[in-house]
Amino acid sequence: MPDFWFFLEVLVGGLLSGTMYALVALGFVLIYKASSVFNFAQGAMVFFAVLSFVGFMELGLPFWAALPVTVGLMILVGMGTERFVLRPLVNQSEDTLLMATIGLAFVIEGVAQLAWGVDVRRLDLGIRDEPINWVMDKTGMLVSQLDVTAAAVAGIMVAALALLFSHTKVGRGLRAVADDHAAALSIGIPLKHIWMLVWATAGVVALVAGMLWGARSGVQFALVWVALKALPVLIIGGFTSVPGVILAGLIVGAVEKIGEVFIGPFFGGGIEGWAPYMLAVLFLLIRPEGLFGEKIIRRV
Amino acid sequence: MTISVQSSILQSAQRAFAFGSPILELDSISLRFGGVQALTNISFNVLEHEIRAIIGPNGAGKSSMLNVINGIYVPQEGSITFRGERLSEMAPTHAARLGIARTFQNIALFRGMSVLDNIMAGRNLHMHASFVEVALQLPRARREEAENRAAVEEIIEFLEIEHIRKTPVARLPYGLQKRVELGRALAAEPTILLLDEPMAGMNIEEKQDMCRFILDVNDHYGTTIVLIEHDMGVVMDISDRVVVLDYGKKIGDGTPDEVRSDQNVIDAYLGVPH
Repeated sequence: MPDFWFFLEVLVGGLLSGTMYALVALGFVLIYKASSVFNFAQGAMVFFAVLSFVGFMELGLPFWAALPVTVGLMILVGMGTERFVLRPLVNQSEDTLLMATIGLAFVIEGVAQLAWGVDVRRLDLGIRDEPINWVMDKTGMLVSQLDVTAAAVAGIMVAALALLFSHTKVGRGLRAVADDHAAALSIGIPLKHIWMLVWATAGVVALVAGMLWGARSGVQFALVWVALKALPVLIIGGFTSVPGVILAGLIVGAVEKIGEVFIGPFFGGGIEGWAPYMLAVLFLLIRPEGLFGEKIIRRV
Repeated sequence: MTISVQSSILQSAQRAFAFGSPILELDSISLRFGGVQALTNISFNVLEHEIRAIIGPNGAGKSSMLNVINGIYVPQEGSITFRGERLSEMAPTHAARLGIARTFQNIALFRGMSVLDNIMAGRNLHMHASFVEVALQLPRARREEAENRAAVEEIIEFLEIEHIRKTPVARLPYGLQKRVELGRALAAEPTILLLDEPMAGMNIEEKQDMCRFILDVNDHYGTTIVLIEHDMGVVMDISDRVVVLDYGKKIGDGTPDEVRSDQNVIDAYLGVPH
């Protein structure tokens, strides 16, 4: 196989997994945009969502029934979070809210395992993690069906949310609430509804991310750490930008895989794990607001 | 000190909207924060289409008064009647729905958003498409967006801020930010507009501009305006009637001329020899 095709295979693999990072990061962005909170519980929500989904299927629900039931559950979790965690903390500092989400993460992780047990489960979406034949025949590249499907789902989801939160009523409401509670209330934007909406949406995004990651690497506690993969994506893309996380997700995915294959051997391999963080640190030094983040403006 | 901005408009009495009946009535309002008595037994009314000022020295309770009308504070005693309906407890979103819009003393714009988006946000209550309709960009959501955009463009033109339409508000100079905030409040098409020190911190030209816009809003849309102001000169020029507060109590109420010659008011502002 010529080198070019091999490079392309690595690149495509990286970009495809990058869309899945973007999907996880999207959950963070939604909540950060609406409440300026870094939601520590996002990873836990991913884990809880997909574990519940698999749990419902084990209880005998077919796929098409388990999906809406889990979506409903995640909406309830989102609304519950707003009611019992955020609402009592209105007007508190962002640090306080961050601490609250750390606590929330433990609660969700605990409840998930209490309810569904701690066994590693398999999630079969009916899409095999095998190379697509005609791509292999034509170019010799190994491109996984699951990766392509996951990327397509992630892409559609990200695009839909980007559209929703750009220049629409909902998008403005979201940003208004994030910027100034009192002013948002004064023009009749109901804080509670916006927060519920955002947490519920983040819950559904977590479910989709969980299903895609779960199908690939099993439904297990380690899914909680998928959220860590989203961190460099967020730093590079900017915490408030939906298009930013898409691009950053792709960059992180590509850097990870290309770095591992072509640069890794010089370091004895294993750079996949930390290359994205190095890139994130570089961004923090050069462009701390990220690619599309809101510029930090200081008036003197 | 005195700014004579189109005060001739007022004096010539060529107002597009004649004063109506009382639209807002405050009756025996008392507000306490713990042991601090912020407002004591305050009553006054606001007539439809008038420009009503609340003045007083620092700490007189002016902003508290505005926050009571707006529903941010709930007074322990007294009642608020708006358009004949007695309001027992009023939350800010409820006030907004009733047609009470406001600006804030320290500008409370959505800093990351453009001028256009800020004012569009002010149209919030005029947009009824649900989350799902917006998400799927169904016809109603799109039509609403276009219609409201047209309304916002009219306000932008009215306030002469066309050139900064797309600028993030955080980058604008102070005076323009105040104007954008006025625009956002206007976008709601309020019945009453509450302005909390609309001219604080402005230079003389910015003040003149703001005065002109306040008068124009009143004249053009017939909006009833309640404003708090520090600058006596400005207040006297643009308001129809003035309430004077001092230490949370009402010490004067009347036309600018009446208030100006009131001994209590003079004492509160200039101090009295002890």
